[in-house]
Amino acid sequence: MDAIILQILNGLDKGSAYALIALGLTLIFGTLGVVNFAHGALFMIGAFCAVTLQRILALSHEVAVPGETDFLGNPLMRNVPYVYDWFGEAAGQTIIEWSVPLALLFAIPIMIAVGVIMERGLIKHFYKRPHADQILVTFGLAIVMAELIKYWFGANPIPAPAPPAFTGSFDFGAALGMDPNTIIYPYWRLVYFGFAAVVIAAVFAFLQFTTFGMVVRAGMADRETVGLLGIDIDKRFTIMFAIAACVAGVAGVMYAPINSPNYHMGMDFLVLSFVVVVVGGMGSLPGAVLAGFVLGILESFASMREVIEFMPGINQVVIYLAAIIILLTRPRGLLGRKGMMED
Amino acid sequence: MSKSNFTRRGLLKTSAAAGGALAAPTFFSNAMADGHAGYLNAPQGSSVTLGFNVPQSGPYADEGADELRAYELAVEHLNGGGDGGMMNTFSSKALTGNGILGKKVEYVTGDTQTKSDAARASAKSMIEKDGAIMITGGSSSGVAVAVQALCQEAGIIFMAGLTHSNDTTGKDKKANGFRHFFNSYMSGAALAPILAANYGTDRNAYHLTADYNWGYTTEEAVRTSTEALGWNTVAAVKTPLTQTDFSSYIAPVLQSGADVLVLNHYGGNMVNSLTNAVQFGLRAKEVNGKNFEIIVPLYSRLMAKGAGANVKGIFGSTNWHWSLQDEGSKAFVKSFGTKYGFPPSQAAHTCYVQTLLYADAAERAGTFNPCGIDEALADFQFDGMGNGPTLYRAEDHQCFKDVLVVKGKENPANEFDLLEIVEVTPAAQVTYDASIFGGELGTCNPGA
Repeated sequence: MDAIILQILNGLDKGSAYALIALGLTLIFGTLGVVNFAHGALFMIGAFCAVTLQRILALSHEVAVPGETDFLGNPLMRNVPYVYDWFGEAAGQTIIEWSVPLALLFAIPIMIAVGVIMERGLIKHFYKRPHADQILVTFGLAIVMAELIKYWFGANPIPAPAPPAFTGSFDFGAALGMDPNTIIYPYWRLVYFGFAAVVIAAVFAFLQFTTFGMVVRAGMADRETVGLLGIDIDKRFTIMFAIAACVAGVAGVMYAPINSPNYHMGMDFLVLSFVVVVVGGMGSLPGAVLAGFVLGILESFASMREVIEFMPGINQVVIYLAAIIILLTRPRGLLGRKGMMED
Repeated sequence: MSKSNFTRRGLLKTSAAAGGALAAPTFFSNAMADGHAGYLNAPQGSSVTLGFNVPQSGPYADEGADELRAYELAVEHLNGGGDGGMMNTFSSKALTGNGILGKKVEYVTGDTQTKSDAARASAKSMIEKDGAIMITGGSSSGVAVAVQALCQEAGIIFMAGLTHSNDTTGKDKKANGFRHFFNSYMSGAALAPILAANYGTDRNAYHLTADYNWGYTTEEAVRTSTEALGWNTVAAVKTPLTQTDFSSYIAPVLQSGADVLVLNHYGGNMVNSLTNAVQFGLRAKEVNGKNFEIIVPLYSRLMAKGAGANVKGIFGSTNWHWSLQDEGSKAFVKSFGTKYGFPPSQAAHTCYVQTLLYADAAERAGTFNPCGIDEALADFQFDGMGNGPTLYRAEDHQCFKDVLVVKGKENPANEFDLLEIVEVTPAAQVTYDASIFGGELGTCNPGA
């Protein structure tokens, strides 16, 4: 029982990341009709926004440490961050330690800008082209983005730790009256799950309860008619692209402490997120979220030692296996609508 | 009017035959061309070309970049430039800064991408197109084994870069291949006494192992040496090489009753699994009345940087570290640090040393012939290269030298100061019988 609870918990944070990326993918596909293979790269850029802000906050000047030498025998220089000078050492250190949550504020304008530039500069020229062309150009863009990040930040992962207040793990076992240490779960992953839930709820509320959202939903259903009503749907769709980029970006920022960001993390998530979108049903936002969590939890179960011993390698194929079964039984995915990608 | 005999079918046949002929290995034709010298790619002019095959793209690109820096420094020193680095401290005095055998050293580079097929293709290209007399480099055992086999087949010396699997000089050893870097067995043998001294002899270990060649040999080495101490292995779970989130592998560790987690991971795998384990608060836990501990058998400073503060207090082993205070290490760190502004990694060190060892062997042998190099390196004993007195054992072409047991530093002074040396394990303690890993060394192949 405890092992099952543990793996459900484990699946939640992975599922949160899949759901957030898949949500953005579905928004773009549903509104613009574009299959965006660069969406994983947007997630990666979000994570590197966290790294960048961390580096900006850590910008420092050198102060010689009296009586000590460095590895070449020169006087040892200690780096003192400018934020220490401005806010005092204790406050400065707290600011640096909280750089990941602070990076959300930093990432939002950057991701909006990246989204708008991507959509206006490249994607819009491919609206009327076949899906294969869209996939090729966005996949190429993803490679370019990953290589640029590698050029600036190197190939090694870069740590972006969570604030000290969220290090360590919560003992669910003890809280539920079981033996201590049977079910532990890191605080930051709980934060990530909560954060994902808030973002997903906000996106749904935005689409459901605002006039803008109503127009976008109408545009998703019948773009031509909305255009005939005199609404500049293109402009709204550009904004939707920026919002989708933003969702992927903030998902990446908050994911940075879970796994140290590296340049290929976008690709690692991209393929699985596409499977999530297809399983959830092309164009279905609730489907994307549902499939994200279901597949995340399934992947977690398949990684259990008992399962691997019984079926070696199952952890690497379980998502695709589930996708095949679901698509055979429900060809439009879990919550897919008729008519999507069926023309 | 002339009538052409070409038909579509005929043209296809001719093209296929021509393509087949072009695709056939050209080692033989090259060997014929250089046949008078008795070995492949014998240098004809006033220069000799070395082939540096390192990961320039892919996940180990930073390690590859550091290897390349070390190679460039070695070439500079061999040609008489710079301050000479370890050439001044090397016990053999055959190198004079006048190239190798009077020929100026030049080099070409290839990108292994940390993929065996790409690494073989780039090595093959450097041998066939650029006339490289020796291939060196790499940051993965899979790549090292693949390129070593290619060099054996071609008749070129392979001086391995960073490769830690027992197999490189064990079951897959080759007469044309040489490894200066240490291996999994040595890591296990060096770590075990330190683990016993710090964590006791009554421990339950849980292994997470990267699902490939190096992971298996490292797990086996650490298991064997810790079980000999009295430790019990609770479980050993293989993790896919492509795994980035290890939470589902780490979550069940505490439930298993284990009080030690051994991460047989390298590179990005190590960074992520260690980060996840620390996130789960494993190190703050108490199991079986003891503090929970984590061990990383193979440490790399470049990787430790990726894991940040998570490495603090964690034991592991390493081939070399820039903070060593012997004359050779100091000379190398000074040369490298002055040229590049930061201390070298263990990958840079082994690559630099391998280049000097090759050059020295050629000087002593008086030839670039792989069989001459083979003879000069066999049972060659040297010192002054940063690891104390070292033996290049003839039976398996493996170097035997002191191994460093290190620990993540609690209070690093700077971004390079991540590991502290806990123990320098003497070579005798990590030496083993060459036959235990099987394999056949075979005979040297000069390629002609």
